[in-house]
Amino acid sequence: MKSLIKKALVSVATAGLMTLSTLSSAVEKPLKVGFVYVGPVGDAGWTYGHDEGRLEMVEKLGKNIETTYVESVSEGADAERVIRKLAQQGHDLIFTTSFGYMNPTLKVAKQFPNVKFQHATGYKRGKNVGTYSARFYEGRYLTGVIAGHMTKNNVIGYVGSFPIPEVVQGINAFTLGLRSVNPDATVKVVWINSWYDPAKEREAAESLIAQGADIINQHTDSPAPVQAAQDKGVFAFGYDTDMTRFGPDAHLTGSMVHWGGFYTDTAKAVLDKQWKAEDVWGGFSAGMVEMAPYNKAIPETVVAQVEAFKTQIADGTFTIFEGPIKAQDGSIKVSEGTKLNDGDILSMNWYVEGVEGSLPN
Amino acid sequence: MDMDLITNILFAMVRTGTPLLLVALGELVCEKSGVLNLGQEGMMLMGAVIGFIAALTTGSLIFGVIMSLLVGMAMAMLFGLLAIQLRANQVATGLALTIFGAGLSAYVGTDYIGQALAGFQPMLIPLLSDIPILGKALFSQDILVYCSLGIALAIWLFFRFSRPGLMVKAIGESPDSATAVGLPVIRTRWLALLFGGAMAGLGGAYLSLAYTPLWAEGMTAGRGWIALALVVFASWKVERVLLGAWLFGLASIMHLVLQGMGASISSNLLATLPYLATIVVLVLLSSNQSRSRLLAPMSLGKPYHPAG
Amino acid sequence: MKIAIERRPQDSSLMKYLSPVLAVLLTLMAGSVIFALQGQDPWTGLYTFFILPISDSYGLSELGVKAAPILLCAMGLAVCFRANIWNIGAEGQLLMGALMGSWAALSWMDSEGAWVLPAVLMTGAVAGLLWALIPALLRNHFNTNEILTTIMLNYVALNLLLYAVHGPLKDPHGFNFPESALFTDAVTLPLLLEGTRLHIGLAFGLLAGVCIWVLMTRTFLGFQLKVIGLDASAGHFAGFRERRLVYFSLLLCGALAGLAGISEVSGPIGQLVPSVSPGYGYAAIIVAFLGRLHPIGILLASLLMALVYMGGEMGQIDLGLPLAMGSLFQGMLLFFLLACDFLISYRLKISAHQPPAQGHHVGVNG
Repeated sequence: MKSLIKKALVSVATAGLMTLSTLSSAVEKPLKVGFVYVGPVGDAGWTYGHDEGRLEMVEKLGKNIETTYVESVSEGADAERVIRKLAQQGHDLIFTTSFGYMNPTLKVAKQFPNVKFQHATGYKRGKNVGTYSARFYEGRYLTGVIAGHMTKNNVIGYVGSFPIPEVVQGINAFTLGLRSVNPDATVKVVWINSWYDPAKEREAAESLIAQGADIINQHTDSPAPVQAAQDKGVFAFGYDTDMTRFGPDAHLTGSMVHWGGFYTDTAKAVLDKQWKAEDVWGGFSAGMVEMAPYNKAIPETVVAQVEAFKTQIADGTFTIFEGPIKAQDGSIKVSEGTKLNDGDILSMNWYVEGVEGSLPN
Repeated sequence: MDMDLITNILFAMVRTGTPLLLVALGELVCEKSGVLNLGQEGMMLMGAVIGFIAALTTGSLIFGVIMSLLVGMAMAMLFGLLAIQLRANQVATGLALTIFGAGLSAYVGTDYIGQALAGFQPMLIPLLSDIPILGKALFSQDILVYCSLGIALAIWLFFRFSRPGLMVKAIGESPDSATAVGLPVIRTRWLALLFGGAMAGLGGAYLSLAYTPLWAEGMTAGRGWIALALVVFASWKVERVLLGAWLFGLASIMHLVLQGMGASISSNLLATLPYLATIVVLVLLSSNQSRSRLLAPMSLGKPYHPAG
Repeated sequence: MKIAIERRPQDSSLMKYLSPVLAVLLTLMAGSVIFALQGQDPWTGLYTFFILPISDSYGLSELGVKAAPILLCAMGLAVCFRANIWNIGAEGQLLMGALMGSWAALSWMDSEGAWVLPAVLMTGAVAGLLWALIPALLRNHFNTNEILTTIMLNYVALNLLLYAVHGPLKDPHGFNFPESALFTDAVTLPLLLEGTRLHIGLAFGLLAGVCIWVLMTRTFLGFQLKVIGLDASAGHFAGFRERRLVYFSLLLCGALAGLAGISEVSGPIGQLVPSVSPGYGYAAIIVAFLGRLHPIGILLASLLMALVYMGGEMGQIDLGLPLAMGSLFQGMLLFFLLACDFLISYRLKISAHQPPAQGHHVGVNG
């Protein structure tokens, strides 16, 4: 159990560095924090990212918290039992890290009013249930701008998992960024109906490259598409974590998720009795989305342009989903001067102009 | 469809079919001797994880392949101990092996998640790889693909022209008669089983060392079952296994290519195509021969009780 | 001094029932070794895994929730396996039951009337039955191997479920997430115990067990199934209509698996979701074997299997053990059982010289 050993070492190492000023109620009983994961910690993608966040929180808060996680919890009947068990075993704060845990989380939260719950990517809240998610699409817009400069064939391949709003937002933001600098470029989307199946992801990337895509983007969890791009001599964007090592030449950059800061702040808020059930949907400004290192192959002028966009997105001077935006068929979907509100973005089920293929509805 | 696209699709078809081909060839030999091992998925996973760990820690891909062969055999030994020595039900033993392999591989591989490895690179065979359409698919692949072709040829020759090959077939058809003429039933079944294990390990290693050089839990994602289906699909004929593996690879690639071309049918419905195609071919094959069950080795799946 | 394997003159009925007990004991011993390797105290490990999950009434009720779908599937599978029909497709049959049953539930959930829930359950059972009809037809009329068709159809069923939950059955007010609307009370299964999630799906499983016991021991049909299973050629000889038996056992299993699927959705989950089943249909295969294809054995085995799952959760929560422990336990349990079963028909004879052992062919154990 490497993680246990790591946990022990880290908590010993950081105990000395802890500033106890914010935590006046010196540690009599550490805060117990539970995590419910949808995949194995070893998926190298979504769940792995959440677990990295957990470890960062442990590193920062040391002895003030104790963490527990349960991995590969099916989003069926099992979820409610596991969440309830965590609450029953005295966890004060529970993070349920997948959309499918929404209703089970709410059900358990009603039975345990003193436990704080945080549900990732959902839209229902309660007295003691907050929701949180990251605006992945902000990073995807930037990858789109880079792709617009780097593509020669003007065909970009996009390996998708499931046609849910979160993924559609990413495809649209990417395409808007792409066509803002290269109006002729189009995006081919292939759905593999899995979050995580390396060989299938590889097949999808190969089939897109076979159809002329010279850059591959992905909204799946394994580095297989990046590897495929490396082998085929085309470019790729990673996702979730820094995937440079899987394709040193191919990997341009990637939209990375960073949960650690949010997890630390939330646990702190609970320790300081400041916690409220809110909806947190953070992007660059909240530090929840970050860009992986830029490949040397990207011209410096492009990197500068992208970084400028990043600053503008973070300070709110630039809005990605602001009209005029045309839908796939060329009709105006968002009129000039209108900005989509969060509800519209959250339930997005249409493609912008430039995406090929049709959304299942 | 232009030439380039067809060439690329055929290239991807061969790569996608290779892990299935390796595993199916091993299982074919195993079944020819009368042993049905449903533990392919578990053996593949163990081959994938051990091959990856060995290659990563020593820096030698070849060592990784050797270790995957060995671990596949070790898993097969576990099966043999129960199904051959203790005459346990082969279906249940195989299922147990799959569950066990899934758990053990996840357990062993925990610390190797997210590590990168430079996998097997394509080796172009000069001149041959320039043949239009087929050249790229057959002669610009990595070494394991060439191995899979070589092994397929060797097994075909083995059953066709060699005495031991005939012996294996005879034992699969009727172990009792084979014993009567002095053939070593148990020993032959053990060897066939171990060969099958080694091939399943190699199929797993193909995934973790060549196709997607990484370790991820459950990365075989059901391919062991597909390989089992291929053996029946091929009605226990080597050349048909090769064809079937590539066809399945083609179906997998095509449903993705069709999406990329903007087919407006739901991706979930497209994803059922390879499976439905397999069923249709199975039906066509089995209904053609009124006594198709006779194509299977007669003693398949039955424990052998030596008399005396 | 030689250890020889000797066939018993007749199968030992004592070993038949002792073998699973032995297997469980051996699994616990091997488990202790693994815990020790993990640096855990074996007693704590075993206690956390096998006692703690059911140490309170809620835990016990959850054991029933977890076991219910496995129990229903395994009962049906037992009939198939008895007749040597290798249905590996309970998973797909369960998913189809969940899918079509949910479609019925979503269509009728605003209707008042006592007929709604039975109709929904019936739809689920019929959907599972029809899904099992495909391999039955193919086997009977085209000689197609049912192991393969049922495996392939599991994948097809899963994709159909995904299609429905991302498409036609998606909650119109659910921000386009792949979930159906929450079921209303009219299409929710009644509970057996207030304050828990224990629903009448478990009662269906028990009832199915009783019916199957009667079928297998008290009817001519059951007798035919057993004879066909032991030796297909003898069955032909006696003039049994093999095709009819194939239809009967596969369709029965499909209906029970379909019922398990819709019970899961209209019981503990309360809406159609993409991951209705974490592999109940496959777990049920193990349970059927573990339970000797006998209703009482299957009941015990499904509870044990549910306990191993819950133990896997508990081990993570309390001890930080990896999830893979659960799969390891399952695999070991099966291996040990299969090994111990050897002692039903054989015994080890330790003697100074080797006597000629008398051997003859037998069919399946069980």
